[in-house]
Amino acid sequence: MTDVRYLAPRTLEEAVSAFAAAQGAARILAGGTDLLVQMRNGILKPGVIVDIKKIAEMTEIADLPDGGFRIGAAVSGAAMAEHPRFGKAWPGVLEAVNLIGSKQVQGRCSPGGNLCHGSPAADSVPAMVAAGAVVTLQGPQGRREIPVEQVPAGPGRTTLAPGEILVSFTLTARPAGAGDAYLRMIPRTEMDIAVVGCGVNLTMQGGIVTAARVALGAVAPTVRLVEDAGKALLGTRLEDAALEAAAAACRAACKPIDDKRGTIAYRTRVAGVLLKRTAAVAAQRAQGN
Amino acid sequence: MNVITDKLQVEDNKWIGTRTVRPDGADKVTGRAAYAADNTMPGMIWGKVLRSPHAHARILSIDTSKAEALPGVKAVVTAKDIVEFPLDKSVMLGIQDMRWMCRNVMAREKALFHGHPVAAVAAINEEVAAAACALIEVQYEPLPHVIEIEDAIRPDAPILHDFLKFQDKPSNISATMTAKLGDVEAGFAQADVVIERTFRTRPVHQGYIEPQACTVSYAADGRATIWSSSQGQFMVRAMTSLLTGVPQSHIKAIPAEIGGGFGAKTIIYLEPLALILSKKSGRPVKMVMSRDEVMRATGPTSGSFSTVKIGAKKDGTIVAAQGTFYIQAGCLPGGPLRGPVGCAFAPYDIPHVLSVGYEVVSNRSKVAAYRAPGAPLGAYAAECVLDEIAEKLGMDRLEIRLKNSAKPGTKAAYGATFGKVTFEETIEAVQNHEHTKAPLDRNPRPGVKRGRGVASGFWYNAGGESSAQLNISEDGNVLVTTGHPDVGGSRASIANVTAELLGIDHGRVSVQIGDTASIGFSNLTGGSRVTFASAMVVTQSAEKVIGQLKERAAKIWKIDPEAVTWENGEARPAGPNAGQFPPLSLKELAAKANEMGGPIGAGVQLNTTGADPGFATHVVDVEVDVDLGIVRVLRYTAAQDVGRALHPSYVEGQIQGGVVQGIGWALSEEYLYDKQGRLDNAGFLDYRMPVCSDVPMIEPLMLEIPNPKHPQGVRGVGEAPIVPPLAAIANAVYDALGTRFYSLPMSPPKILEGLDAAG
Ligand SMILES: Cc1cc2nc3c(=O)[nH]c(=O)nc-3n(C[C@H](O)[C@H](O)[C@H](O)COP(=O)(O)OP(=O)(O)OC[C@H]3O[C@@H](n4cnc5c(N)ncnc54)[C@H](O)[C@@H]3O)c2cc1C
Repeated sequence: MTDVRYLAPRTLEEAVSAFAAAQGAARILAGGTDLLVQMRNGILKPGVIVDIKKIAEMTEIADLPDGGFRIGAAVSGAAMAEHPRFGKAWPGVLEAVNLIGSKQVQGRCSPGGNLCHGSPAADSVPAMVAAGAVVTLQGPQGRREIPVEQVPAGPGRTTLAPGEILVSFTLTARPAGAGDAYLRMIPRTEMDIAVVGCGVNLTMQGGIVTAARVALGAVAPTVRLVEDAGKALLGTRLEDAALEAAAAACRAACKPIDDKRGTIAYRTRVAGVLLKRTAAVAAQRAQGN
Repeated sequence: MNVITDKLQVEDNKWIGTRTVRPDGADKVTGRAAYAADNTMPGMIWGKVLRSPHAHARILSIDTSKAEALPGVKAVVTAKDIVEFPLDKSVMLGIQDMRWMCRNVMAREKALFHGHPVAAVAAINEEVAAAACALIEVQYEPLPHVIEIEDAIRPDAPILHDFLKFQDKPSNISATMTAKLGDVEAGFAQADVVIERTFRTRPVHQGYIEPQACTVSYAADGRATIWSSSQGQFMVRAMTSLLTGVPQSHIKAIPAEIGGGFGAKTIIYLEPLALILSKKSGRPVKMVMSRDEVMRATGPTSGSFSTVKIGAKKDGTIVAAQGTFYIQAGCLPGGPLRGPVGCAFAPYDIPHVLSVGYEVVSNRSKVAAYRAPGAPLGAYAAECVLDEIAEKLGMDRLEIRLKNSAKPGTKAAYGATFGKVTFEETIEAVQNHEHTKAPLDRNPRPGVKRGRGVASGFWYNAGGESSAQLNISEDGNVLVTTGHPDVGGSRASIANVTAELLGIDHGRVSVQIGDTASIGFSNLTGGSRVTFASAMVVTQSAEKVIGQLKERAAKIWKIDPEAVTWENGEARPAGPNAGQFPPLSLKELAAKANEMGGPIGAGVQLNTTGADPGFATHVVDVEVDVDLGIVRVLRYTAAQDVGRALHPSYVEGQIQGGVVQGIGWALSEEYLYDKQGRLDNAGFLDYRMPVCSDVPMIEPLMLEIPNPKHPQGVRGVGEAPIVPPLAAIANAVYDALGTRFYSLPMSPPKILEGLDAAG
């Protein structure tokens, strides 16, 4: 039977060198709520498992001097919920992370695992993209930073280089009048995979949208930043016409598949519906701030 | 809520009707309960099944030599190791025909569905067994497959079985059934309103938590022991015996604690394979299905394609009803035709009825029983059409049901002439309930619509064979043994009955399920029969024991046994001797048992009768998100005649469980196949059973109208509650949207398509 080596390094450097040395036979383990499922199903048989939860930088939420946050890739959903300030600044990102699974799963699942698993339906990813999160990566070639939307490459695939590990997500400080939200459509009320997910991040001044980012999940091979939808909202008071234009941009951005979880027609239509609902929640939060 | 509408002598009951602590509770919440997969034995090895990758294929050859040569492999079985029952002669075990069972546990001439067992291996561990399965070389000739009913009954459909003939031609229609009363044509001629509609439902799985599992040890003396989880250890014994050729007397089947069955565990899959693997290897063999295997190859229940036509007079009197029900059998014959055919119109007094059922085979796993097998399919169609009739006549939906309710003496199309009928009581209970009277906010928010629906249902219920043994221990406590796996709380109910009859504290009664060697034959746990039947045999056993106790006391006191009464757990001298001697308690009599004649105990074995049918009427409020197409159930009230609730918590649980399964059937559960005929959603993630947050608290309205043919008034309660929900929810969705949906599940895409089509 195949043996698995389990490593739990305490520093990022050790993790990167062990990960790179295994040359593709290794897998990073954060919460394991995707990895262990895949191993049990026989989809993956890694020879080495590199657990990153013993690395301080990967499991802490750091307050940045400018008021932003740096979230370690392996922080659990439950730890993010318990943080005293994060959810006040980024309620949309938090609600997206907290939608993952159940209470039990929340104790383990991480935003890094959610992103690196590469599912087009990953719940936290559209919220992170809408939030404009920047990710820090470290690999044998050193450190680099890229916008989060550049990580997904297709179902189950990322743009991470061989041996590269996702270290953290950086979210900026919130200006006054900012609010974000994430909503998903699932047929049941929980324990389901998003048929469509929508993240919206708005800044509003005097009722007018001064910045807007919209992202959609589960409607294309990767989570999509829908720039046209953001543009449609910019400079508006979120009048019906503006929302309809943004909804149309969302529908146009959809390149979904017909599968057991939803049809092309259904997903496309729902993307527009969710845009309007998510924008309404984000606006309410923005104007409350 | 508990409504006692007829007097049973219940005021004095100390234990019957109370919510005593369940006997299996502590074990279950502490993880000690031993389910089938928990058994382990010295020298035990593991069995695994190789399953067909094709939906339909001829098996040209099977070469197991490489698998057998793999180190660690101890035995391999294929169809040639299973007893073959020739196609031309039916051999029945209960309702199961061994011709089909022998082909279901192991594919013979052809693989008939994706997941059909083709071979099985036993090896030193699961990994080696799986590796060995992969080394078995099977040559298939793939054949065109057919999944859906409408495709399977087309003249050019691929035929699954040449030996099945319908109207003298090879056909996928494997059986028909007719229930007839009067002359429907004449009946429809008298009608002022006639409505005819066609309905479709998808196969749904029973969704029990515990996958099928067993351990079988075949010893050198030719005797086998089976540990497995089933709805009947005697069925396990008999079916395994038939399929392996080992005599029943040489098999002991030990029932494990069962983690749900809902009908599906009334047949077996693994036990014969494990027995033969054990016989060949000389080792105990354990087999446990994965969830994927459970979904692919066990159950589910039938999907259906039905047309129902109802005719009524202007005053709401139903004059004629006609139903044509096509139901899926899966890959081999044996679908629940009597459910839709017999139950669809049974709650009503209708002079002219014609109900015809066709069973259709296709390349899906063979269906297994599921709670009120087939009845929800018929009720769905009939109760939706009735809703339309009421609407057309401008009549109240409950009123039309009340007006046409079956009465004592009504003859049902399926043949029975009803004695006591308690259907009206269920309708009135709903009419009078606050839920029905509460105003409904039809448009609580933009984009949200609400509606209310009702529907009724009928289930036959059943009696049949049961055995019990009641023994008094040396320390004066009571051990009751029955022969039915406890899936619905039968142990708790039996403990209440026993404590009541013997007049002793409930804590002094233990109830256990005997294995096939320690208790007499007892039929399956199914059809809502077990509490009815086992309470009957336990009552008679208790009466015999009380008779023995009175005799012992009489002997001690040297008086006539007739002059002894049994009250409050003790023998008392009565009549002329009243007060002459101090009473003798159960403990005292037990202590003197041996000197006064030997151990105290008695058993009774009966083929029980008198299980009157069950009726239910439900009302439900739903909310529809019209932009996303999501239907949520907001409130649900289920009225049912439960006879006597021996243990009310379990009766409520049965009603709530049946309703929740009905909600899943109506809204979200379905088997999905890909173009190659492979099941695409074999797991709980994409086979969407409702989760807790999907359903509101279901309010059970237990109507305790005692069944006069039962010592405690018991009536079966487990099936009736799954019969009305499909139609009740469909009717509520119509009430909310003004658009009717004729196909289940009413999933979000379907709701949006329906709303679009309606404009
Ligand atoms: C019951 C259940 C329900 C679920 N429900 C949802 C849901 O509602 N929504 C949803 O989006 N997901 C859901 N999931 C999937 C899963 O929980 C999430 O994707 C979760 O965020 C994964 O995080 P993790 O820390 O457990 O990842 P892991 O399983 O540890 O890792 C996931 C993948 O990412 C890689 N990886 C992890 N961290 C890094 C890193 N720092 N750098 C590089 N690669 C890395 C791993 O090697 C692995 O391939 C569910 C899973 C289960 C079991």
